[in-house]
Amino acid sequence: MSEPVTALGGAVFETGIATVREEPVQGMITLRGDLEDSAVRAAAIGASGAEMPDRGTITTSEDASLAWMSPDELMLLCPHGEVPERLARLQEGLGDAHALAVNVSDARALLSVVGPKARDVLAKLCPVDLSPGAFTPGMFRRTRMAQVGAAFWMPTEETFRVVCFRSQTQYVFDVLTVAAQKGSDVGIWPDPTGGG
Amino acid sequence: MLILTCPVCGVTSEETEFHAGGEAHLTRVGPAGDEEAFGDYLFTRENPRGVHFERWRHVYGCGKWFHAARCTTTLEVFGTYSAQTTEPPQAIRDRISQKRPGWIWRDFA
Amino acid sequence: MSKRLATGGRLIDRQHPLEFTFNGSKLRGYGGDTLASALLANDRMLLGRSFKYHRPRGLVASGAEEPNALVHLGEGTAMEPNQRATTTELFEGLSAQSQNHWPSLEFDIGAINARLARFLPAGFYYKMFIHPRPFWKHVFEPIIRRSAGLGRAPVAGDPDTYEHFHFFCDVMVIGGGIAGLQAALTAAQSGAKVLLVEQTAHWGGRAPLDGGTVAGSPVDNTVEEMLAALRALPNVTLRRRLMAAGIYDHGYVLGYEQLRDHAPDADGPRQRLWRIRAGHIITATGAVERPLSFAGNDIPGVMLASAIRDFAVNHGVAVGRRTVVVTNNDDAYLTAFALQDAGLEVPVILDARVLAEDSAAMARAKSLGIRVLMGHGIARVLGGKRVTAVQICSQAGDGTVLEQIGCEAVAMSGGWSPVVHLWSHCGGKLLWDETQAHFRPDVDKSPTGADGAAFVSAAGAASGAMRLADVLSSATAAGVRAAEAAGFDPGSVETPLAESPEEAPIAPVWLMPAHAGYDLRSKAWLDYQNDVKVSDVELAAREGFESVEHAKRYTTLGMATDQGKLSNINGLATLAAARGSTIPEVGTTTFRPPYTPISMGSIAGEARGEVFQPIRRTPLHDWHEANGAVWEPVGQWRRPYTYRRAGESTHDAVMRETRNTRENLGLLDASTLGKILVKGPDAGKFLDMLYTNMMSTLKPGRCRYGLMCSENGFLIDDGVVARLDQDTFLCHTTTGGAEHIHQHMEEWLQTEWWDWRVWVVNVTEAYAQIAVVGPNARKALEKLGGMDLSREALPFMGWADGTLGGFRVRVFRISFSGELSYEIAVEAGQGRALWDALMVVGYDLGVMPYGTEALHILRAEKGFIMIGDETDGTVIPQDLGLDWAISKKKDDYIGKRAQARSHMTDPARWKLVGLETLSGATLPDGAYAVGEGMNANGQRVTIGRVTSSYRSPNLGKGIAMGLVLNGPERMGEVLEFPGTDGATYRARIVDPVFYDKAGEKADV
Repeated sequence: MSEPVTALGGAVFETGIATVREEPVQGMITLRGDLEDSAVRAAAIGASGAEMPDRGTITTSEDASLAWMSPDELMLLCPHGEVPERLARLQEGLGDAHALAVNVSDARALLSVVGPKARDVLAKLCPVDLSPGAFTPGMFRRTRMAQVGAAFWMPTEETFRVVCFRSQTQYVFDVLTVAAQKGSDVGIWPDPTGGG
Repeated sequence: MLILTCPVCGVTSEETEFHAGGEAHLTRVGPAGDEEAFGDYLFTRENPRGVHFERWRHVYGCGKWFHAARCTTTLEVFGTYSAQTTEPPQAIRDRISQKRPGWIWRDFA
Repeated sequence: MSKRLATGGRLIDRQHPLEFTFNGSKLRGYGGDTLASALLANDRMLLGRSFKYHRPRGLVASGAEEPNALVHLGEGTAMEPNQRATTTELFEGLSAQSQNHWPSLEFDIGAINARLARFLPAGFYYKMFIHPRPFWKHVFEPIIRRSAGLGRAPVAGDPDTYEHFHFFCDVMVIGGGIAGLQAALTAAQSGAKVLLVEQTAHWGGRAPLDGGTVAGSPVDNTVEEMLAALRALPNVTLRRRLMAAGIYDHGYVLGYEQLRDHAPDADGPRQRLWRIRAGHIITATGAVERPLSFAGNDIPGVMLASAIRDFAVNHGVAVGRRTVVVTNNDDAYLTAFALQDAGLEVPVILDARVLAEDSAAMARAKSLGIRVLMGHGIARVLGGKRVTAVQICSQAGDGTVLEQIGCEAVAMSGGWSPVVHLWSHCGGKLLWDETQAHFRPDVDKSPTGADGAAFVSAAGAASGAMRLADVLSSATAAGVRAAEAAGFDPGSVETPLAESPEEAPIAPVWLMPAHAGYDLRSKAWLDYQNDVKVSDVELAAREGFESVEHAKRYTTLGMATDQGKLSNINGLATLAAARGSTIPEVGTTTFRPPYTPISMGSIAGEARGEVFQPIRRTPLHDWHEANGAVWEPVGQWRRPYTYRRAGESTHDAVMRETRNTRENLGLLDASTLGKILVKGPDAGKFLDMLYTNMMSTLKPGRCRYGLMCSENGFLIDDGVVARLDQDTFLCHTTTGGAEHIHQHMEEWLQTEWWDWRVWVVNVTEAYAQIAVVGPNARKALEKLGGMDLSREALPFMGWADGTLGGFRVRVFRISFSGELSYEIAVEAGQGRALWDALMVVGYDLGVMPYGTEALHILRAEKGFIMIGDETDGTVIPQDLGLDWAISKKKDDYIGKRAQARSHMTDPARWKLVGLETLSGATLPDGAYAVGEGMNANGQRVTIGRVTSSYRSPNLGKGIAMGLVLNGPERMGEVLEFPGTDGATYRARIVDPVFYDKAGEKADV
């Protein structure tokens, strides 16, 4: 195998109201299974080291996360190189449980939007209440971003991580940079750094 | 543009996150069905002025189908509920009865 | 003449002079001016020509309701037509041009229409240009098109950017006047999240001009105090230059924010369209003054009394030195007082009312020495491009002139109409208020939301509250209602005590004078922008267009860009009088969003240029682009149609690639094909229902081609299914099918067979998939090494996991070309590296990439169908001779019952055949075969059509497939296909498999 490449080779946009960046390769495993099933839960927890996420949330361990996609789907995030080992651990944990676990790392892209105005950028493209009281770190939201599907969460108060389909990475990067263009901050939410 | 609450993931969002899927609670007619029953299954649909039951899919969200009870004239949403049922739950029917006494839809009331 | 006053102007900054141009002339204004006030300050009264008669027109109003003063704003690519001078903030370097005149504003040849006005009544175009028919297209339409319309469309792309913004709040208050401020304060006290928007750059609305006191202090102070209180609240967002354009279902509001229209040199988007969801909405949109209908009410210098007051007080601008005030209410007296305060002359106030005793305003006017004539009105205004005098008459009479008074301006007031547009957009109903002579919101018939409860409340003048104390108390009530509706407790709220002078009631005046003859009525304008007069509406009623919606369309009343903000009430009152009915009986036309026009750019938001729509790129996109790909859009994907070499035509490139794939080695980027994992104990059963053939019997390690139909029986997708293990299948779909087949599967699993134990994941994009095709395919892969790909180890229609050249791959031995072929799936992030490696090992073996057109030709040579070519949503597999792929053993599959319906089993359905022209030429794609006789429309009977047609370089002739009546039984017959080029093509019905009929080449 050669060094895996991302869709945009790590594109960065830094001249606007927030930094938009394509993140390096990210391991992602889709797990379909009944999340009420204790075997499924145990396998997910075991393979990620993270707690079981509640509806609409994401949990994080030292180096992996579990995102709640639907009542029968989780996304396990981990370092790209660890996917085969974690997938094997997941399969082993699942045993005979009726479930489907598959590596989808390369099917998707991970982008980040960083800065005190990051909320503005997302709120221009998604029909989601992104005010500081309504969307907070720990939440996980699947929604529409401009004309495509996307999911995002906030690892910190000033950072969004955005997951989209690989083929649409350029589009998502481009609409994020339009939304982050210089001089376009909306200026209605308090600056989390206390400035502005 | 409507707002709907997906009963599966709990998200309340605008219509652009969802996709309408036509009339709810159809019963599939398979190879054993006669011409009339099959024709009805394919083509005959309710077109009520008032209470209606529809299928929706949370296409940009959790991807799940669900049902919505809605008024076609005022756009009031009486409630949303699981897709894995063959008839509207009693709680939804009671709520509709409260607001639209005497309503009737197909075989339901 | 209009001019800047030496003092005054509460909104302008005389320390901040600005230069701008109008029709090329350099003019000066001040910061805080609108383009309208700055033009008036420079004695520019004539600002445009009217739509139909090209009459000279000047300002009528001072705000969003202005019908006349529309200009071209900006130059070159940034030019925008039909911009209202009254809502355009002045900035340094602004450039504006007047519209709808030729050759110049001062001398306009189209004004001849005014002389012909008698011959251009309402409905003129409808009546006149119907006959003779051909004249419409060749004579009338070109002339009308050249002379109609107001602004010119810009000729180049818009250089600005735009964006959307999603915002959520509990309570939204529309309108930043004193009512909006009070309502917002009230609602905010409850802790609700409040958004307050104001369309202009200034808070306070008309209150500072109308006077009065709140809690003992002047209302200006109150506005400042309220603003300060709101700014201190963390749960309140205040936004100026943001117009609520429309209210829609379930509390949805579109807000049009102008960011750089007044500051074109700043960074960032020009406008932002707010997509707001509010729990409850308060419309505090104020009221708009109505004109009076008298002859000559459109001559520049005749304006709304409130507008003349606004320009004097806000901008320190006098419309004229002598202004005649004409009114039917007390409010216009404030204009007389303001003008006198500014040192200007008011020779007379003509009050159409006859009051038993003087109102407070009247008494004050008289005490100030202003002449007041009760029961009087204007018979006619004199002047051409500006007012020179008015002729006075008795309001009760027919217009007999009693006196002529020289003046430069006329301030008219026909009363005030609440701005009910936003209330009405989503179904709010109106009441006719007889006392105040206007329509106002019917509080019991508010628009209702998702929960069935009212979600709009009106406040202040927009609710019909016309006096300061009522304005404030209605706003408090609306604030309480809104907070409660949004689930908050506003607690105890007090309305500040307000005082304003007593007013005598309005007397409705719909025509001045009451018995004006035709001569006067045909000069009394209702709709300025669309040139509709009192006489036109009367004509409409006489000709039977009695419904308000019919009269509107017949006369075009209220259909211009101002949507009749000034004209509607006067128009329907005129219609009511002509019909002999009451105003509520006539009713109003429907108010529709937007409140004032918003830019197309703001609606598009970010969706323009590169991101107009999403384009999907495969992991190999960059290679294709760098190697001459001619792109073909396939859904949102971009696939290489062919790779053109230097000096090569697209056709030649396709021929080269097609030949080379048969002779040597071709590489195809097949990454776009859908790949869906289906797993579970019931997966086989599930796929047996989805596909027409049997999938549950497929052995692990093997592949099978399958067809999918809709419940209607029509073929919707096809592809190869690989069984990975006992529980797991990988289903390939067409490029366009990946998403909708995935959704199709989920739909059946979630809504019909929810007890079946099956999981589905769309893994399409996880893999790059490369088809390695041609007689040298195996040799190339063997050079990469790592897997045994011999016929024995990996037979045709088998698959295997392994490594090739160090890449972890899954190899499918499937062929869509009829050649020896391997499809290799590799993790998408490795796709480019594998492709590069294949190009290297293929170098000696004649490798060439090939595009979708070569793919099509190769499959057509083999008679393989293509979804979307051979199918069009009305074709069933049986039509295509695919009966072999339909299981006879299965009790059921999706589409089975439908395929048994009489129309589907009709032997006369057109069936798939091959077609070969007698000349070797290529048949036109889509051409129809004609048979004997004519159909009911006198057209040749059709007996078939071409579904795919190509030039085959391998066979050296044109080949085609088509659906033909009784086709398979008519082998060898020659059909006629008339082309759109006038030629008739003759083609013979043949077997659709043109190449390697025995199918030996793929299985080697």
